[in-house]
This record gives sequence, structure tokens and C-alpha cells, in this order.
Amino acid sequence: MISGIAPACPGCGGINRPGADACYLCGEPLGGHPGPGNHPSAPRPGGGAFVGGASLPPAEARPSLRPIPMLLFTEAARHNVRLSVLLFVLLFVFFFLLGTAIGGAYGDPGTGLGLSFVLYAILGTTAYFSGSAIVLSIHGAREAGGEEHRQLRNVVEEMAIAAGVPPPKVYVIRTAGMNAFAAGRRPEEACVAVTTGLLDRLNREELQGVIAHELAHVKSRDTLYNVCAAVLVGAVALLSDMFLRGTLWGRRGRTDGESGGGGRGNAAFFVLALLLAVLAPLAAKILQMSISRQREYHADAAAAGFTRNPLGLASALAKITSGGPEVPGENRGTQHLFIVNPLRVFDADSSALMSTHPPTEERIKRLRAMGGVAAQE
Amino acid sequence: MAYIPLVLLVAILAWFVAAYNKLVRFRNQIKNAWHQIDVQLKRRYDLIPNLVEVVKDYMAYEQETLTKVIEARGAALSAKGPAAQAKAEGLLTETLKSLFAVVEKYPELKANQNVASLQEELTGTENKISFARQFYNDSVMTYNNAIQSIPTNFIASFFNFAQEAYFEIEPESRAVPKASLR
Repeated sequence: MISGIAPACPGCGGINRPGADACYLCGEPLGGHPGPGNHPSAPRPGGGAFVGGASLPPAEARPSLRPIPMLLFTEAARHNVRLSVLLFVLLFVFFFLLGTAIGGAYGDPGTGLGLSFVLYAILGTTAYFSGSAIVLSIHGAREAGGEEHRQLRNVVEEMAIAAGVPPPKVYVIRTAGMNAFAAGRRPEEACVAVTTGLLDRLNREELQGVIAHELAHVKSRDTLYNVCAAVLVGAVALLSDMFLRGTLWGRRGRTDGESGGGGRGNAAFFVLALLLAVLAPLAAKILQMSISRQREYHADAAAAGFTRNPLGLASALAKITSGGPEVPGENRGTQHLFIVNPLRVFDADSSALMSTHPPTEERIKRLRAMGGVAAQE
Repeated sequence: MAYIPLVLLVAILAWFVAAYNKLVRFRNQIKNAWHQIDVQLKRRYDLIPNLVEVVKDYMAYEQETLTKVIEARGAALSAKGPAAQAKAEGLLTETLKSLFAVVEKYPELKANQNVASLQEELTGTENKISFARQFYNDSVMTYNNAIQSIPTNFIASFFNFAQEAYFEIEPESRAVPKASLR
């Protein structure tokens, strides 16, 4: 059974069953001795894991991890809803400016504005109502039915119970790459997608860790913001691309500009439009990335709280790093959704501003510290 | 100026309603978590006869193990009271583990698709039971924290929100079974 934190033996270093009073290898009593993991100076990751439950080891044998009160999830969820609203508002402002600027550049701000509002309405409703479906179909995810995925469905149900969320829909992506992501506006309509490469190479405990991480995203409603950001940011990048290549209004604008004698005003508009088109996707990107780094640490810590087994997720992350996290349909717009970024590897030196994920070694180190295994320096 | 007391009153009232509703939500979550445990226990009771049915033909010489599982299931079904039930459930878990250990010894049994999927189902259900208990205890902790800490404890004592009990296992089940490597 997987609950509690595995205590390390102070004598031989063996990792024991949670709740064990004596080491199963050398018989050394486990209680009281500060093992390598519960040394007071061991790093305590942000959030930490809540320890408690049916098979509690005696208090003194437990590494003292900082508890996560469950309230944090409701706060995180509220924060995500606020962020999503902010995203839509910012995007509205952006479309307003872009519409006026691009319209102005072609000598017709009114039409530009009208068109951009229509576009905004279409984009917004699509992102909100079918964002998850879009993301799932981009990556070729199919619903996991049948006998072969029974274990996956069981693990998802187990973790949904541990997380206290309704069981999400389960999807599978056929590829040798190892990765997973979650989507959905609300926990009630969430879905979790896993690659077959991940299923083939992870054992049950590691799979539990990965699914728990995804369900932590679902419970804190990171998925709402992430999916909206994926679709909206992707669409903005596409629109700006179109503008920069001059395909949006074809040749009409240029002839208008020449015959109407657009002059200085139009030139200024054009510069502004160009600037917006270049800066906007960049700003959107930075926004999207700076936020998801924190979330990964939080989801890792919460996953450890759900499984009471941080070492499972740590070992899954190590396997994903060595096995390769590539996924079909991977693109810049959805990279932040995955448990490990499928496009780029972030190491300790990666710029914090432009990374979607914290360095995987750092995540593994924190998880191991939670599990009572000292970092190997 | 005359509005200040009124505004204060409304603010206090709003906080009061929110805090009360929060306590109610926590208490209902505990009830729901408890039922979730029952659902999974029931599922385990239902799965065991299927497993026994499938494996019994292969295991002519292991009748004792099978009988133990069936007996433990019966005892768990008829156990009265949380403490007795916890003990019986613990015993059932142990007998199932020894049954799985026996299955490992029979290659043709291990290769059987039915046995494999039943074993996966039972492992899943075992995990669900322990996660459901874990979630129950987490919920109890959140609730007890809320009704003991200031300022919600005033509301809790006024409306008789009682502390809830944790799900605990018998002290003897905490002893780690000795694993022999011979």
C-alpha cells in the first residue's frame, strides 16, 4: 500500500515501509533517530506535503514536512479564475489596440476595430468552450477504453479519490515519447491524457505520481488558465504572423494607401501596428511561462500529498527525462500543459523568465527530500 | 457618519454567513468521504467471489488459502462497529495478499487473462480504499482545524459543530510483518 513517507534507516540507509518501527534490512529501530531525510536543514520545498492518514507512522519517525491545508486548493482555484478573467480582459484591450492600429495602417480604423471584435468573440468563445477538445485533438489523444488501459483507468480513479475530485476522462496518445497533460475548465469536466510510451515504461507507483500531479493541476484549476492561455496565445501568435506577412487584407490595403494618399498618419499607425504585432505574442508568452513554473512545484508537492509517495513521482520524472518527452503535435502554444516540457530541456541555468517548467533535476531533488532521501551532491 | 455602524454590521454578518457555510461544507465533505470508503469496500466484497471462482480450479492444493479469504470476507461483511470492521478489513487485506503470493507460484494462473484483470481490479480497489480513508482523514483534519481555530471556533461552539473522529487502525495492525528472505 502506498501511503505515508518512507523512512530511511539511520543505520544502513535502507528505505523502509511507511509506519515501520524497525529497519527491515538491519533491524535498527527507526523512531527517534534523525535519518538523512528528516535532518532539520534538509530543504523544505515550497508547499511541502501534508502528512496524515490511516497508516500514520509514530510522530517522531515521520519527517516533519510542512502541511498543505486543503484550503490552498480553493485559493489557487480562485486565483486561476481571476487570472483567466484578466487574460480575457487583457486580450480584449490587445485586440482593441491591434484592430485600430492595423485598420489605421490600411486607412480604415473602423473596419479594423469591427473585424477584431468579431475575431475576439470567436476566439474567446472557442478558447473557453472547446479549448480542451482542441488541445486534445492537436496531440491526437483518443479516449482510453478497453482492457489494455484498465490499469490506467484504475490509477486515475484512485488518484481522483485521493484528490477528492470527480474522476476525469482518460485519454491516450499513441507515441513512444513519455509525457502527460490535463485539461478542462472545471474539475467536473476535466480530462487527463497520457502517452503510450509513458504507460509502457512506468510502473504503477510512478504512474500514480504522474496522474496525481495532473490531478493537482485539475483541482487547483490550473487547467482552466493553461488551456485558455494555450488557445488564445496560439491564436494571437498566428494573427500577428498573418499581419507581419501581409496576408490579412491582401493587396487592397496597399492600393488604398497609395490612391488615398495616406501620408504621415498612416505611417505612424503602421509603425504602431508593427510594434504591437511583434511585442504582443512575446508579452503573452512571458506571461504564460512565468506563471506555470510555480505551478509545477506546487503540483509536484500536492501530488506527493495525494500519493504520500513522493519517490514515485521523482522516479517517473527521472524516467521521462531519460526516455524523452516528445509528443506528436507539440508546439509552442501547448508546451506549458505537459508534465515535462516536450520541446526544450531546462537546466539550472535556463532563464527563469522564458522557461515553462522548472529544471527537472530540481523537481526530482525536492521530491526526494520530501521522501526522506538526502540529495546526492 | 451614521452609516458606519450599519456597514460594520453588514460586514460582520457577511463574514458570519461565509464562515458558517464553510463549516457546513467541510462537514458534508467528511460524510461524503466516509460513504466513498463504503462504496469501495462493497466493490471489494463483490470482486472476491469472482476471483475465487476463477482461481479455484487451478489451486487444488491451496484450498486453505482460498478458505481463509472467503472466511475473512464473511467476517468483514458481518463486522459491527468501526473498530471491529477496521480489524476485519485489515485481516481481509492480509489474506488477499497471501492469495496473490500463491498466484505467483502458478505460471499458468499468472498467464490467465481473467486472473490478471481480476488481480488488477482488486489492487485498484485496495488502493482506492486506502486513498478514500486518507481523503477522509484529510477532510477531518481540515474540519477539526476550522472548528478549533479562532475565529470560526465561536461559530462552531454556538451551533454545536462537534469534532469528527479520524479513521484509525488497530495498534496491532501497525506491527510490520516480518519478511523472511529465505
